[in-house]
Amino acid sequence: MKIVVLIKQTPDTAELPNISAEEAQSGDIRATMVINPWDEYAAEEAIDLCDRFDGDAIAITMGTPDSTDALKHALAMGVGDAMLVDSSALGEMDLSVAAEALAAAIKEEGDADLVLTGKQSVDGNSSALFAGIACKLGYPLLSNVSKVVDIADGVITVERIVDGGQETVTAPLPAVVSVGKEINDPRYPSFMGIRKANRKKIPTVSVADLGVSASPKVQWTNIRKPETRKTEVVIIEGETVQEKAAKLADALLAEKVI
Amino acid sequence: MSVLVWIEQTEGGAVPSCWELAGKGRELADALGTSLDAVVMGAETAQTAAAAQSYGFDKVYAIADPVLADYRLTAYAAGLNKAVEASGASVVLASATVDGREATAYVACELDAGLAPDAVDLRIEGGKLVATRSVYSNNILTDVIFNSDIQVASARPRSFPVPEPGAAGGEIIALDLGLGEDAIPEKVIDVKVSDSGEVSLTDASIIVSGGRGVAADPAKGFELVAALADVLGAAVGASRAAVDADYIPYKHQVGQTGKTVKPDLYIAAGISGAIQHLAGMGGSKIIVAINKDPDAPIFERANYGIVGDLFEVLPALTDAFKERIG
Repeated sequence: MKIVVLIKQTPDTAELPNISAEEAQSGDIRATMVINPWDEYAAEEAIDLCDRFDGDAIAITMGTPDSTDALKHALAMGVGDAMLVDSSALGEMDLSVAAEALAAAIKEEGDADLVLTGKQSVDGNSSALFAGIACKLGYPLLSNVSKVVDIADGVITVERIVDGGQETVTAPLPAVVSVGKEINDPRYPSFMGIRKANRKKIPTVSVADLGVSASPKVQWTNIRKPETRKTEVVIIEGETVQEKAAKLADALLAEKVI
Repeated sequence: MSVLVWIEQTEGGAVPSCWELAGKGRELADALGTSLDAVVMGAETAQTAAAAQSYGFDKVYAIADPVLADYRLTAYAAGLNKAVEASGASVVLASATVDGREATAYVACELDAGLAPDAVDLRIEGGKLVATRSVYSNNILTDVIFNSDIQVASARPRSFPVPEPGAAGGEIIALDLGLGEDAIPEKVIDVKVSDSGEVSLTDASIIVSGGRGVAADPAKGFELVAALADVLGAAVGASRAAVDADYIPYKHQVGQTGKTVKPDLYIAAGISGAIQHLAGMGGSKIIVAINKDPDAPIFERANYGIVGDLFEVLPALTDAFKERIG
């Protein structure tokens, strides 16, 4: 079984508040770039599924020629191979361009049985790429998966979290699966894993090689920082906790938020 | 031409946040000089289609088919495509629920249309949709402009007011899905409803959240959080620290790698206020912090604060509200 796991390199979440409008506009982000936290779950699941169902996994990232840190993290965790899709020739990127380029890269890699992704990126926040990939590849999509129950006879059975509960669903392979945080506990890369990943050569394929020429359907404009909330906190004082609670309850009723 | 809104159905009828798009959708349709249409899909559609009439949609496309009993992307995307074609939609909107976001992303791709996911504002400029999005985990705002004829967006719940329903107008038009069970690769073999009766975090107007401050007795701590939530009709939230420590399931997590919420009132009990948490709830109208540590960063964002032990403050607050509104 062949598994492709899509990995994005995103800013460290602790540094997200410092990102300026200019950086978001140019895409040249000065923050420390790491593997998108959601994608660690996809990488862990790829490794686990390779063990359970005798497969090979490859991690694919799209980005500038030096966006290999996230791929190295995935390799160090134990994903077998990695590939970088160099998108620097594309200029502006949107969902349709990203989906087309990654779908082309997945096809280039050969017949994947399973395409794994995280549920969202912490920078674009779209939660849409997996749907775009499924659409471009013509594969069924199972999103928000919390458990891969079985893969047998060309059919995958999963549990997925839906609004209000959980369902068990099957789909024929090849399929796209996006995973939620419930699915596993991603391992930390081992020292040996990190050394091995650092020695590994990561092949690069450019979007031009893949024949991708899509133009974006949307553009970002008027990029700005949200207004920071300026509040002066009112600390409720009182002799007893009951008195404080009573004062707070009255204040909140007066605010008409209850 | 039209503005088309998918009115998503759940167990008990329409997903409430979809009605926000009846009001905002009308504004957009008026600005474009087009009609405002709705599509309702499911095994049954009559009740929700009638409700859509009362919210003022000009045409309500109803696609009732047994294969739509459970949400499956292939079937719902096909239905949405049918409605887009029948309605001649240039703007396609859905509420940014899990399914709403997924189906709009898929259909945008099929239609070669631009997509603005999880938009927090929508308007028309120069005959085209402009959507405002909150990106970089609520640390950057951007307007999204479209280069495509059809413009697709999902709207973050609680972004727009829900209009008052009025007298039923508009016509209901039945459409055929035209897709048999054998054309749908996803098969739902079991459904477990686990949160029936629970208030969903993203729809909630009040949220009571617990954090690491419950550590002394996590089960008791979240019991106290839930008791206050219960008296206020609120949803229960949590910080990542509480989820990572297995005090409460992940679906309750608020923040950068959890849910983004925008209630009228957010009560944070025993939550220090890490920036990742603040990113997910900073849009709340009124924030209340309950924390033993007077220097906890949460107090810098809060409107009201009580410095104290949540194990004492929460029961006192629950009692105070019981006396006043219970």
